[in-house]
Amino acid sequence: MIRVQNLVKTFGTLNAVNDVSFEVAEGEIFAFLGPNGAGKTTTIKMLTTLLKPTSGKIQLDGLDPQVQRNEARKRFGIVFQDPSLDGDLTASENMEIHGVLYHVPHKLRRQRTEELLKQFELWDRRNDQVKKFSGGMKRRLEIARGFLHTPRILFLDEPTLGLDPQSRNQLWTHIKKVNEAERVTVFLTTHYMDEADRVAHRIGVIDHGKLVAQGTPAAIKEQTGTTTLEDAFLALTGSTIREESASSADQMRQFAKMWSGGKR
Amino acid sequence: MSVIYILWLREVKRYLRSRVQIIASLGNPLLYLLVLGFGLGPVFKRAGNGDYLQFVAPGIIGMSVLFSSIFSGLGLLWDRQFGFLKETLVAPVSRMQIMVGRTLGGSTVAVIQGLLITLVCVIAGFRPPNPLAIPLTFGFMVMIAVVFASLGVAIGSGLQDMQGFQLIMNFLVMPIYFLSGALFPLKDAHGVLKYITRTDPLAYGIDGIRSVLGAPNVAFDARLDFVVLLAVGTVFLMFGAWRFHKIEA
Ligand SMILES: Nc1ncnc2c1ncn2[C@@H]1O[C@H](COP(=O)(O)OP(=O)(O)OP(=O)(O)O)[C@@H](O)[C@H]1O
Ligand SMILES: [Mg+2]
Repeated sequence: MIRVQNLVKTFGTLNAVNDVSFEVAEGEIFAFLGPNGAGKTTTIKMLTTLLKPTSGKIQLDGLDPQVQRNEARKRFGIVFQDPSLDGDLTASENMEIHGVLYHVPHKLRRQRTEELLKQFELWDRRNDQVKKFSGGMKRRLEIARGFLHTPRILFLDEPTLGLDPQSRNQLWTHIKKVNEAERVTVFLTTHYMDEADRVAHRIGVIDHGKLVAQGTPAAIKEQTGTTTLEDAFLALTGSTIREESASSADQMRQFAKMWSGGKR
Repeated sequence: MSVIYILWLREVKRYLRSRVQIIASLGNPLLYLLVLGFGLGPVFKRAGNGDYLQFVAPGIIGMSVLFSSIFSGLGLLWDRQFGFLKETLVAPVSRMQIMVGRTLGGSTVAVIQGLLITLVCVIAGFRPPNPLAIPLTFGFMVMIAVVFASLGVAIGSGLQDMQGFQLIMNFLVMPIYFLSGALFPLKDAHGVLKYITRTDPLAYGIDGIRSVLGAPNVAFDARLDFVVLLAVGTVFLMFGAWRFHKIEA
């Protein structure tokens, strides 16, 4: 469903995404993990036509998002890491605009909006301006909106950011449900390793723009000789006990950091 | 319901919901009207230029349409900041539709603003010559609005954050305003100033409004004003669409 080959994105001299290749099959839940600044969001932006790759190939459902833009866009839904709602509009109005942008017919739009707002417990507040919502409510609205046009692929960039445990739990239950019932492919990022461990069929770990590991949660744990995904993650991204057992690459990075005034 | 319509509606709704801002935005033109109209009026008349209020009212109307439309175009910056822009950029619709919807919405808001100011001018004592003048004025307001809303989008597409805003304000919007002849008769401008004012699209907009409202000191022919605005509007709209097309988020 998603095929990425040798994807590269450079910002000036920074290789934000550096020769990344992976595939996600239809109906799969793929968790893309990595420390802050690893290149997760940049990858998602390239997958979702927001950024032009410096080089490399992308296919979404067999389409090249750079060429068949709108065809590709119809197939995915996205929950951005950063806010993306119009605060001056109400929850319903935000949903309405989304529905129109994605050509969802009027009746279906109404019906799905009601379903989703009820599902994410926002129905009672549907006529309130979004700027009056709490952080978690805004997040839930963004997630509900992402489902509105029944996408075939869902990109979720830290969807649980700012959500309480109840909402997080509910969100993953919902995602698993649509994944199983409608075979929606899910590409997600999160900093909660337990979530990734629980919901993802496969995981990719990215660090400094490079994909450093790929496989099922179990395989990744086995590969690193750890028992939790959190430990595996730390082992792979090398930020634990870096002082004691820093690899030469890590040492180079430390030096680079010192010389560049701690910019990286 | 079409994409253009819903994005147009969004701009209009946002405008109507910002009541405090609407009232605040009437303050500035009102100040110009009162201070200049009543302060400079006697001098203007003594110099044989006619009634200053009749002269300056179209200038103030043009000014409010200018500000309101260029800000609505630059509203792109706010949408970038608050993130809504991304929502429209990943949607399976052409950028052209998004740009046109936004621009028409911004223009509508600017024209509403212009109409409000016209009303204020009338209350202050300004008198249009005949009923036909109103729809013609409206037409010129629409053209001014489209020209500058498009320019706003074109500029806003290239700005990453609010930093550039002050720059645009001081080095573009204010000069456009002051060089447009909103406050002084263009026919008295000499030398370099004369040529600079001729390159200012707003000059033609305000001159057009003056023509149809029968104000004193009209500089050009209303038909010339119309043709220039139409041409500049078309070019700016295309320029804005092209710049918007190239946005990356
Ligand atoms: N528009 C940009 N211009 C310059 N550099 C950028 C830009 N966007 C991202 N970067 C840089 O690219 C790198 C990767 O950023 P990215 O947002 O993809 O990280 P991330 O993995 O999503 O991190 P986080 O977990 O913090 O969200 C970072 O070093 C970031 O500073
Ligand atoms: Mg990110």
